[in-house]
Amino acid sequence: MTVFLVIIVLALLAVTGWQISKIFELSKSPDADTSQVANNKDNENQGKLMMGFAVFLYLLMFYCFWTFTNVTLPDAASEHGGKYDNLMLISMLLIMFVQIVTQALLHYFAYKYRGEAGKKALFYADNDKLEFIWTIIPVITLAGLIIYGLFTWTDIMSVNEDEDPLVVELYAQQFSWTARYAGEDNTLGEANVRFIEGTNTLGVDKEDSYAQDDKVVRELHLPVNRPVLFKLRSQDVLHSAYFPHFRAQMNVVPGMITQFGFTPTVTTEEMRNNGDIVDKVERINDIRRENGDDSYEFDYFLLCNKICGQAHYNMQMKVIVESEADYEAWLAEQATFGESMSEE
Amino acid sequence: MSAVVNAPAHDHHEDHGHHHKQTFISKYIFSFDHKMVAKQFLITGLLMGIVGIGMSILFRIQLAWPEQSFAIFEALLGKWAPDGVMTPNIYLALVTIHGTIMVFFVLTAGLSGTFSNLLIPLQIGARDMASGFMNMLSYWLFFLACVIMLCSLFVEAGPASSGWTIYPPLSALPQAIGGSGMGMTLWLVSMALFIASQLLGGINYIVTVINLRTKGMSMTRLPLTIWAFFVTAILGLVSFPVLLSAALLLIMDRSFGTSFFLSDIFLDGEVLSHHGGSPVLFEHLFWFLGHPEVYIVILPALGITSEVVATNSRKPIFGYRAMIASILAIGFLSTIVWGHHMFVSGMNPFLGSVFTFTTLLIAIPSAVKAFNYITTLWKGNLQMNPGMLFSIGLVSTFITGGLTGIILGDSTLDINVHDTYFVVAHFHLVMGISALYGLFAGVYHWYPKMFGRMMNKNLGYIHFWVTAVGAYGVFFPMHFLGMAGLPRRYYTNTAFPYFDDLADINVIVTVCAIITALVQLVFIYNFFASMFYGKKATMNPWKSNTLEWTTPVEHIHGNWPGELPVVYRWAYDYSKTNSDGEYVITGQDYVPQNIPMQENEEDLHH
Repeated sequence: MTVFLVIIVLALLAVTGWQISKIFELSKSPDADTSQVANNKDNENQGKLMMGFAVFLYLLMFYCFWTFTNVTLPDAASEHGGKYDNLMLISMLLIMFVQIVTQALLHYFAYKYRGEAGKKALFYADNDKLEFIWTIIPVITLAGLIIYGLFTWTDIMSVNEDEDPLVVELYAQQFSWTARYAGEDNTLGEANVRFIEGTNTLGVDKEDSYAQDDKVVRELHLPVNRPVLFKLRSQDVLHSAYFPHFRAQMNVVPGMITQFGFTPTVTTEEMRNNGDIVDKVERINDIRRENGDDSYEFDYFLLCNKICGQAHYNMQMKVIVESEADYEAWLAEQATFGESMSEE
Repeated sequence: MSAVVNAPAHDHHEDHGHHHKQTFISKYIFSFDHKMVAKQFLITGLLMGIVGIGMSILFRIQLAWPEQSFAIFEALLGKWAPDGVMTPNIYLALVTIHGTIMVFFVLTAGLSGTFSNLLIPLQIGARDMASGFMNMLSYWLFFLACVIMLCSLFVEAGPASSGWTIYPPLSALPQAIGGSGMGMTLWLVSMALFIASQLLGGINYIVTVINLRTKGMSMTRLPLTIWAFFVTAILGLVSFPVLLSAALLLIMDRSFGTSFFLSDIFLDGEVLSHHGGSPVLFEHLFWFLGHPEVYIVILPALGITSEVVATNSRKPIFGYRAMIASILAIGFLSTIVWGHHMFVSGMNPFLGSVFTFTTLLIAIPSAVKAFNYITTLWKGNLQMNPGMLFSIGLVSTFITGGLTGIILGDSTLDINVHDTYFVVAHFHLVMGISALYGLFAGVYHWYPKMFGRMMNKNLGYIHFWVTAVGAYGVFFPMHFLGMAGLPRRYYTNTAFPYFDDLADINVIVTVCAIITALVQLVFIYNFFASMFYGKKATMNPWKSNTLEWTTPVEHIHGNWPGELPVVYRWAYDYSKTNSDGEYVITGQDYVPQNIPMQENEEDLHH
């Protein structure tokens, strides 16, 4: 593959070089027009190329949407994600509509009105009515988008405490994630980097009674259809907790606790059977077989999405969404913070 | 008022020509002359551009063929590419310095530095900038900033590598990443000098536009280029000092133990003493500059486009006053939208709502500008010079890139595409490629004014078409990487399997990037070769209305040999006809600004 591409690049380069030298020679021929200002022939050719370019642009857009849509994220796996996807779809349709119309006009005009000696351009300096129209249309459309967006935003960002969300701390450090479940009291014990000592790598306050039932784990398990509220804490630099499949992201800032809440609605098992994911995993496994890598099975993940140092690209944690019963069973196996501290 | 100011300048010029003997140093190096300073900015900017674009090719190769060995890495990166495999640290450093160089050194200094200096005095009818000395100082501070930035590439622990946004704590703590040691110090020193250079230049541009306009050149007769440079200079003056303060506070945190941006940090097995600061404060300060900065980059490009499109369409720019209003609206709004870079930074979500509102408002003047350009083409007599092609290309990429801004500016939608390749694709199209097209349009258009010779148009055509196809080939597919959830600034996308199927797109992007970068060599060749072998230019090769084309081809100190021109009309009387349908000046489809109103001529505009 690589060799093939390198050859293509070299071939294209050779063609480019050849063409350049050819054109350069042509441009030097004595009887040619040497003013270096576009003449009738240039206007004709370049105008047509503008139209050709429009065709290229439309083909490119069509090709990209046709072939690359299958790499994009599958349907959202969280409650608010549906609204997110909806707003995204509406916005996309809108901007693609505007894109198709304006690019067509731009390139068509460039072609249609290509210069010709002796042709008279129209002196047309302004038209208040036209300008009013194309000011007011964006105003109305954007007002709609803004209002829709803001309602969704408020909805996503306000955490409903009445629903009794499961509280989980995500703790970021160069270059790993750790999760701390709040335990039976659903309240996290106090913590600060100044308490970090030995196996207490998260700096949890040992004296805090809320901390005793906290559970520190390296893999995130979430019960399906239950609201989760993540409290985010970093020990060193900025990180960002990015759950692409759940349409969730929040930066992790040293010195403060940030938060983001969502409700997962699709279990890992269900997502593995999602048509898009099945296709995607199949494609990935084809590639991996070719390279002699192990086969891959889909899992949700949490990524770091704020540059945080040299291994930023591999700072991730596995996320498993499962039934309430499976989740409870898994959680029961984990040692509490109190237990692991007293073991020492 | 301007007449009063210009009278002494004119007298001054009279005895000027007789006494002043220029040495090589005063003419080419420490020159006070705005035209020479402009050329210095341009050539320095282009050289920095070669470095910046070269870096992007290196890391694009790594992204397409991750962790493979390339001789070019070994040759250029040395110890940072053992056995020809790029290390993660140098990848981040390349990304950081690429961003810094392109945004500040090429698109700010190289674009607005060049054309503000060249065009402000020439188009408003002034002998030179208000202060030639400050102008010279502005260039040399910029030059020094470039030298220091390039030196920082060679320090032991590597250049700055925490992203061009240099968010602390990563940028403050050498323990966190090697580049945050000496490399970061040099980055900060370089940027401080750069900011000083921008401020000196900016004050000069503003004063010159306000005070030195020639007789008859009212603000509403200014070419749109000047309006764009004027608002750009104001934006720079408002926002760059804030970046300087952020940089100073960061220097304090780094070197003197203060805690403006740092708090509760545990690194390398020990707790740092910093307490009470907030990185979010830095983000606010940074983006208070950072967002206006992207308009500092794009407004001059749009100004250049307005001028080039009108001239080559042989039509007035459509909606001149609406264009001015849009520039002013964009300028104003750009200072109150910085929070859209911080929707998920942990700031209060209510602020996110406010910034969504202001951000989407900016789409309105931007849309007006785009529609006005398209209408200017309508029923024109388009002269397809290379500058014109790049201007049309700019409108195209500005629309494509601008539209995705509607997605990113919406706080809700930003959640999932924030810091992914979707953002990278968006801003490269809307400010990177568009501003570069503006730069190229300006160079092709004003080259005859700068060097007295013409650039080769056929090489210009090759340059444009390969660039236009290549740039879309790089950045359109890139949106899909972002929508696949791929974060930016990842050294490789294959550390875990989920993104394996993106390899094809990454290869397409890289191949397009390499081709596009290589074709810039055609431009570089054309640029330098035309200086010596280009066809000698005539005084007004594009048949343009603005005052710079009334100056002689040979540069003289003071621009006009005799008295300063007097302006009688706006800059856009192209193809203007009398009521009988004949051109105002028979046989000529343009009326330069210094031509008085003719008999029978209707005063249609200004």
